[in-house]
Amino acid sequence: MLGADEIRRALSRIGHEILERTDGGTDVVLLGIPTRGVPLASRLAARLAQTEGIEVPAGSLDITLYRDDLRLRPARALGHTEVPDCGVDGKVVILVDDVLYSGRTVRAALDALGDLGRPRAVQLAVLVDRGHRELPIRADYVGKNLPTSKREAVKVLLAETDGLDSVLLQVRPEAGQ
Amino acid sequence: MNRHLISAADLSLADAISILDTAEELARLAERPIPKLPTLRGRTVVNLFYEDSTRTRISFEAAAKRLSADVINFSAKGSSVAKGESLKDTALTLQAMGADAVVIRHNASGAPHRLAEWVRGSVVNAGDGTHEHPTQALLDAFTMRRRLGRLSGLRVTIVGDILHSRVARSNVWLLHTLGAQVTLVAPPTLLPVAIGTWPCAVSYDFSSVLPASDVVMMLRVQHERMAQAYFPSVREYSRRYGLDGDRMALLPPHAIVMHPGPMNRGVEITADVADSARSTIVEQVANGVAVRMAVLYLLLGGGPGGPGMAGGPAGQAAMPEPAGVAL
Repeated sequence: MLGADEIRRALSRIGHEILERTDGGTDVVLLGIPTRGVPLASRLAARLAQTEGIEVPAGSLDITLYRDDLRLRPARALGHTEVPDCGVDGKVVILVDDVLYSGRTVRAALDALGDLGRPRAVQLAVLVDRGHRELPIRADYVGKNLPTSKREAVKVLLAETDGLDSVLLQVRPEAGQ
Repeated sequence: MNRHLISAADLSLADAISILDTAEELARLAERPIPKLPTLRGRTVVNLFYEDSTRTRISFEAAAKRLSADVINFSAKGSSVAKGESLKDTALTLQAMGADAVVIRHNASGAPHRLAEWVRGSVVNAGDGTHEHPTQALLDAFTMRRRLGRLSGLRVTIVGDILHSRVARSNVWLLHTLGAQVTLVAPPTLLPVAIGTWPCAVSYDFSSVLPASDVVMMLRVQHERMAQAYFPSVREYSRRYGLDGDRMALLPPHAIVMHPGPMNRGVEITADVADSARSTIVEQVANGVAVRMAVLYLLLGGGPGGPGMAGGPAGQAAMPEPAGVAL
C-alpha cells in the first residue's frame, strides 16, 4: 500500500504537523511503542533535527506488562523501555506506533505512561490508521488512513527491523483465528 | 517454559536467557517512581515455607506484590502443619483457595515435585532440602552477567559445603546450560558421592584455582544439616577453604566475590572480603527481586490454562501483534 518514498513523505508531514501543533517542538518527547514504533520515533526525531535543527528526545515505551489480553496467550517477551533523561513530567509526550487499530495498545501505553510520571499532554502519532476502534481513542497525527476490513492484516516493514520500508495489506489466513 | 520451576536442570538455554532478559527489563522498572505493575492483578501467589528463610521469602513476596498479585504467606510454624497436617492436605487446601502459584520451601528434597502433582497452579521451588534452589541460581547468573557482561566461557569457582548445598547444585546445572565452566572446591567429605556425574570440575586446592577464576562463590557451612563431623575444626576449615584478604589478592582484577547468604563471617568469608568492592552480596539480594518477578511473570503472566481463571476475560478482540502485524 505504501512504498519507501511514501513512508518518508508521510513522516515528513507528521514532523511538520508536530512543529505546528506543539509550538515548534517545545518540550516534546517522542516515545515509540515497540517493536516498530521505536524506529519511527527516532526517524521523526532525526527529521525534526534536520529540518528545524531542534533536538527532540526520543525513547521507547514497552507496554507488554500493561496489556489487557495477557491471559489470552502464553507469556510474551518484554520489549525495551528507554525513557530519555529529561523524563516525562511536564512534557508533551507523543506516542509513536506503526498501526492504529483497536486502540488497546494505546490504552495500555497511557497506563504505562501514567506510572512514569505526569506529562503536560499526551498525543499520538501513527504511520497507518486502519480503523475498527474498540476504545474511544484517536490519533493526532496520521501518516495514512487505510480503510480495511477486519479480515485483512496490515503489515508494516521498516528498514531497521525488516530490511526495507513498506506497508502491506494481506488477507488474514483464517487458520490464525 | 514449563508450567513449574522445580529444577534449574529443567531449564533450556532459551528458557534461561528469556528469564534473564525479562529480569533485566524488570530491574530497570524498579528505578521508576512507581515500581508497581498491574500485570498479575487478580492472581494469587502462596508462599509456602516449611523452613526458615528471610531473604527468599521476602524477595518472593516483594516480587509478587510489585506485579500486583495477591500474596498469602504460610509458614509451617503456627499453622495446621504443627498439628500434623500432611503436605498433600495442605496442598489441597491451597488448591481450594485458588492459588495460581505456590512458592514452596521444604526441608525434604523433592517436596516441590510432589506438590506439582497435587495442585493445578504453578509450583516454584524456593529451596528443597539439599536438592535445588533454582531462583537463587538464576539471580546469581543474572548478577554475573550484569557485572561481567557475559556468561559463556566464564570461569566460576564454587567453594564450601557442596554436599548440603542446593545453591551449588542449581548453579552447576544452570551455569553449565549457560556455557560457563564451573569448578567446585571443598573438603572431600563435603562433596556428594556422585560428584563425577555433575558437569563441572573438582579441586581440593582453593588457592591454586583463584588466579583462573572470574567468579568465586562462597557457601555457608550448613551445621544444621550436619549430623556428624565433616572436618576437624572450624578453624582448620576456614584456613583451607575460607576466603580472606590474602586469598582474594590472588584473583584477577575483574573477578567478583559472591555469597548466597546468610554469611558466617569469619568462617567461610572474612569481613573485609564480604564488604569489599568485589563483593556482590547486597546486589544479589536486590537482583533477586527482579529475577523472581521475571519467573512469576513468565509462569503466570500468560494464558490460557492457568488455574482459577477459566479462560480469561471473554469477548475480547485480539490486539494488534507487537511484531507489527495488525490482524
